[in-house]
Amino acid sequence: MWDYTDKLKDHFFNPRNVGEIKNPDGVGEVGSLACGDALKLTFELDENGRIKDAKFKTFGCASAIATSSVLTEMIKGKMLDEAAKITNKDIADYLGGLPEQKMHCSVMGREALEAAVENYRTGGKKKHELEGNIVCTCFGVTDKEIERVIRENNLTTVEEVTNYCKAGGGCGGCKGEIEKIIETIQGDRVKQPIHPSPRKSTKLTNIQKIQLIQQTINEQIRPALRADGGNIELIDVDGNKVIVAFRGMCAQCQLAEFTLKDVVEAKLREFVSQDLYVEEDKDSAQQPHNHRG
Amino acid sequence: MKTVYFDNNATTKVAEEVLAEMEPYFCQFYGNPSSMHTFGGQIGTKIRQAREQVAELLGCDPSEIVFTSGGTESDNAAINGTLAAVPNKRKVITTRIEHQAVLAVCRELENHGYVVVELAVDKDGQLDLNELQENIDDDTALVTIMYANNETGVIFPIDKIAEIVTSRGVVFHMDAVQAVGKIPLNLSKCHIDFLSLSGHKLHGPKGVGVLYVRKGTRLSPFMLGGHQEGGRRAGTENVPAIIGLGKACELAAKSIKEENDKIKQLRDKLEDAILKRCPDARLNGDKHNRLPNTANISFEYIEGEAILLMLDKFGICASSGSACTSGSLEPSHVLRAMGVPFTAAHGSIRFSLSRYNTEEEVDYTLEKLPSIVNRLRELSPFVAK
Repeated sequence: MWDYTDKLKDHFFNPRNVGEIKNPDGVGEVGSLACGDALKLTFELDENGRIKDAKFKTFGCASAIATSSVLTEMIKGKMLDEAAKITNKDIADYLGGLPEQKMHCSVMGREALEAAVENYRTGGKKKHELEGNIVCTCFGVTDKEIERVIRENNLTTVEEVTNYCKAGGGCGGCKGEIEKIIETIQGDRVKQPIHPSPRKSTKLTNIQKIQLIQQTINEQIRPALRADGGNIELIDVDGNKVIVAFRGMCAQCQLAEFTLKDVVEAKLREFVSQDLYVEEDKDSAQQPHNHRG
Repeated sequence: MKTVYFDNNATTKVAEEVLAEMEPYFCQFYGNPSSMHTFGGQIGTKIRQAREQVAELLGCDPSEIVFTSGGTESDNAAINGTLAAVPNKRKVITTRIEHQAVLAVCRELENHGYVVVELAVDKDGQLDLNELQENIDDDTALVTIMYANNETGVIFPIDKIAEIVTSRGVVFHMDAVQAVGKIPLNLSKCHIDFLSLSGHKLHGPKGVGVLYVRKGTRLSPFMLGGHQEGGRRAGTENVPAIIGLGKACELAAKSIKEENDKIKQLRDKLEDAILKRCPDARLNGDKHNRLPNTANISFEYIEGEAILLMLDKFGICASSGSACTSGSLEPSHVLRAMGVPFTAAHGSIRFSLSRYNTEEEVDYTLEKLPSIVNRLRELSPFVAK
């Protein structure tokens, strides 16, 4: 049971400004069905550049709908430049607060507003484009977006970042990267991370190396493969050669070779040692599972 | 406002008869069954009776019943206890749609060098038994597969699965938490080594469950301490809860057939009418091999939590497989394993009924639900006007 404020409930049960403006001056569309929430914001300006009307359509949970509703209420009557300054925190505050796990709804509101303003300013029909490089592939969140929610909301843990922009909330494979972004921005202020990622040290004993390889597979690699119904097993370590076997979907996947180099080897080099290289042990692969559906 | 409780796969109401049976064992007969004096020792008789009541429902011997704190403990104990007893085997087979109490344990095993195979399911939520057969090898220590799925109610052909697994000499654990009390089960006719059940899913109290351990099956003790439960599960018995669970099993054994006809009728009425009255609604899971009380329906283009909150306003309790209710950011792993598209998975609602539901409650829900769906669709950017 989410702890929603009365104001939020009011905007959920009685949403304001539902719909789409015909021939709007600005349109912003963010989110998708796959992500679980999506918002289409349209607005219309008067002759002085003031927002005369704004409407929304939202697919999502109660807080996504309420957030959209208050957003339209907040921007109506404001000059465009003034409205464009609204942050996700402003939206959450206006509602009297949002549960932590729902902060991403307020970020979606701010993103839609930005997209709509950009659409008005560039005049183009093009969709809001993502800036930066994708960090979280499950939810399509970029490093720029992650940096921004960290700065604007003073976030210090991966969990908070997930609550605010969903990054890291799918397979979890990008949590290490999110941690690095937090450290870069927050520096010493960062609390000790809850799941410390394996760290490279200068000289590893064989036992340390094998343990670190296993830990990296468990924490960094397997979760990403799991998301697609795959799996991986560490067979052996011979000097710098790491021998693994793919299981599940991965065992018969056409892209296994790509996964081997681009995911497995890359992660092991990042977290254990640059000298490692990976080989697949095809002999130990068991009968492939017939995945259907 | 009255409450319409359609969330019985989450938990159930404690039956009045169960509560009455439990009540004297708090303040009146509060003794410890392990005591030598009559006051405490007599409680042992009641525990024995409860053990017999459970055994009667399952079709097994009372000595095969181990009381635990619930389904999760039973699942953990069966899996970890089996692996501890056969330390030379390193492979576990399960399915992608198990409850977290099984799935999380198996995934943790992977981090300790075990090979875990998660069998896929088809669009109806059913297994390919050939795939199970092919995956069993000499290194396989355990197969753990549920009887009925908690989200969709889909029932696996457990007789056939048990036959495949045990004919190869592999230990078979079945999570029957959602099935016991809802569909008949006879362990004397089917070779299952371990079975988990939970009290609060069949109108018993919370905090009590059972691990059935077939005679002769190796299991390492999973709670060390005193001699309770044959030394397998130490700790002073949760006396009132065990007595309550026994009574709940007795009630279920008596009325399982008749009550389920009634529940199924109500469920079918609710389900058929929803699918008829709400456009773009679809049923999730095998329509025929299913628990009589469960309906899992997806409403495309709208989101489950929003539906739940609107139902809640009318006092109607249900649950959803949407991301916002799963405690994570992704929708139900069960629906995703079945290949239910995201559009539908986010908008899934589970109605699960019990013997305490009435036709009036079904009608009331049918009166409210279609307009809720319409209202949320009006808000959705994915629905064209």
